[in-house]
Amino acid sequence: MSDPILLDVRDLRVEFAMARSGLGFGAKQSLRAVSDVSMTVAPGETVGLVGESGSGKSTFGRAVLRLGPLSGGQVLLDGQDMAHARGADLARLRRETAMVFQDPYGALNPRLTVGQTIGEVLRVHGKAAPDGINARVGELMDLVGLDRSLMDRRPGDLSGGQCQRVGIARALAIEPRLIVADECVAALDVSIQGQIINLLMDLARRVDLGMIFIAHDLGMVRRLCDRIAVMYLGRIVEEGPTGDVFASPRHPYTRSLIEAIPEIDPDRHLPRHPLAGEPPSPVNLPPGCAFHPRCPLATPECRAAVPPLVGAGAHRAACIYAPGGALNVAGTTLPETTNRTPTERMEKC
Amino acid sequence: MNDDRTPVLRVRDLSVAYEGRGSSTSIIDAVSFDLHPGEILGIVGESGSGKSMTCRALMRLLPSSMLRVTGGTVTLADGRDVLALPARDLTRVRGRRIGMIFQNPASHLDPVMSIGRQIAETIRHHKGVSRRQAWSNMLDILRQVGIPDPESRANAYTHEFSGGMRQRAMIAAALACDPEILIADEPTTALDVTVQAQILRLLQQLRDERGLSIIFITHDLGVVYQLCDTVAVMYAGRLCEYGPKHEVIARPRHHYTAGLVACQPGTDGGSGPVHTIPGQPPVAGDMPGGCRFHPRCEAADALCKAKQPPLTEAAPGHQHACHHPAHTDAQEAV
Repeated sequence: MSDPILLDVRDLRVEFAMARSGLGFGAKQSLRAVSDVSMTVAPGETVGLVGESGSGKSTFGRAVLRLGPLSGGQVLLDGQDMAHARGADLARLRRETAMVFQDPYGALNPRLTVGQTIGEVLRVHGKAAPDGINARVGELMDLVGLDRSLMDRRPGDLSGGQCQRVGIARALAIEPRLIVADECVAALDVSIQGQIINLLMDLARRVDLGMIFIAHDLGMVRRLCDRIAVMYLGRIVEEGPTGDVFASPRHPYTRSLIEAIPEIDPDRHLPRHPLAGEPPSPVNLPPGCAFHPRCPLATPECRAAVPPLVGAGAHRAACIYAPGGALNVAGTTLPETTNRTPTERMEKC
Repeated sequence: MNDDRTPVLRVRDLSVAYEGRGSSTSIIDAVSFDLHPGEILGIVGESGSGKSMTCRALMRLLPSSMLRVTGGTVTLADGRDVLALPARDLTRVRGRRIGMIFQNPASHLDPVMSIGRQIAETIRHHKGVSRRQAWSNMLDILRQVGIPDPESRANAYTHEFSGGMRQRAMIAAALACDPEILIADEPTTALDVTVQAQILRLLQQLRDERGLSIIFITHDLGVVYQLCDTVAVMYAGRLCEYGPKHEVIARPRHHYTAGLVACQPGTDGGSGPVHTIPGQPPVAGDMPGGCRFHPRCEAADALCKAKQPPLTEAAPGHQHACHHPAHTDAQEAV
């Protein structure tokens, strides 16, 4: 492939209109779910997108595939902007990208058998000759590790892991170059999660599949992804190679997230001062850095402006105290977390 | 743990069966464990392993009339058997002795009554104190579970609370009558990791400050490792391993436990394929004979197919049900 970049998302914005205030006579209001998010995915690369619920990660994933609304920015697939594509261009996007959904049962039609579910995609996209559909369905089932004897079963007869495999087989049926996997293992048991993760890792390597892996489970992301992007209230606050981000997180939010992962490690304990509070509503975003009301490092400067993503090389963070940030002491790492209580912080800010 | 003290809860051979159309299907098969004062016991298992059902059975809160406790005893510290209590005493035990919290607080809190009123009402019902007294007790308990500004938040309704705050409100409701035991059924599964860390920390504090004993049901071994003292691993309705957390997780004897530990994505350096347990857990009514894990087990042989392994004590307090235990003392774990 000549162009090493498969997907190039630039300044993607998603806004939802809200009801007017003041009995319908007030100002127009909108909720900004995703603000100016940029991301690239190379063929064969897996990018993890993590964040708490409500951070806009699913909205972003859907907008990239044009499965949800999109208010601004560019989505370049092989250099062609798909953000406002229609007709034939949109059809190309549909042929080359696919999504795997979180709820394995909800994503399948309960009245179609496994064979019909996968065969339907092949028929619609003309990926197999009418008499070759059954053979191709069988191949796809082998690929995702489903027994061919399940071909005539319906989703109701299958387990969650099997349904998820059908979902993945369906996504792979169109031979996509990009898959967005939205929390695709969250609903499964631990022993089954590993089977799906291994399948995705194997596919990324074998067919050069680019993938955006949306998850809140940082352990899985660490295992599966080459790069990671952390979202908080609609913005990317840190991105970089997975190893670097886990070894030395540069945004205080990323650091709190990593500290909060419960792991089997005798040297790790529950954080003594877990990150306080919960993400505020995206309707009234705090001024400046949206994380400052919960941030243990916050100072009045954090309210002034939204910090840009800074940092040399691929590992960048949106914090004025991160390396490269306006207030960072020449190139050092992020300052240690202090034990100030939220109340003390509020008074300071 | 504190084996010299009387356990606050002693469960022996608890069995539950589904009885319908003249047949009986075993759901939980002879589960036994002890809960000591101030202990946090983690019950781990995959969906359908019977971990929630065990705890509902010992509260006599089975979700369907088709499900019946078919045997066993659940003894409180004062020697009474919960399973044999008359209905009136049972109501007293629930609430005053044992509190319970669930994964989804929104469906267990009353949506049309303010948080403060429903907790105060519980206190009045169980303790028979005045309205004013109940209200002030309620504010105390909201403060203890970390709800900021309880005087005004007490008048809010469930839908006005965020996920983490609802779980705190539910913990407050469960603790309103000072129970000795708290049963927590996957209380953090639906929460974000940062909020999960807050709730786990809160449970630890409540244990330290009030001497609360906690049964924590989860599918996440990481959470067990961070929070619990002892762990019971369940598979297909049976207890397969039980003992102190460090023993069980560092030196698992049962191959299912060993598999679960290896499945954690953070183990072995965090790269390459994740360890998996082949196959699917069995479903009730179609249980394999002998050891129920044998179709998925690498170490299984003819004995495992034929005979159910009894729970045996490998190290003090560390029990397992396996014919060919892993990590025997000869092959010490890293």
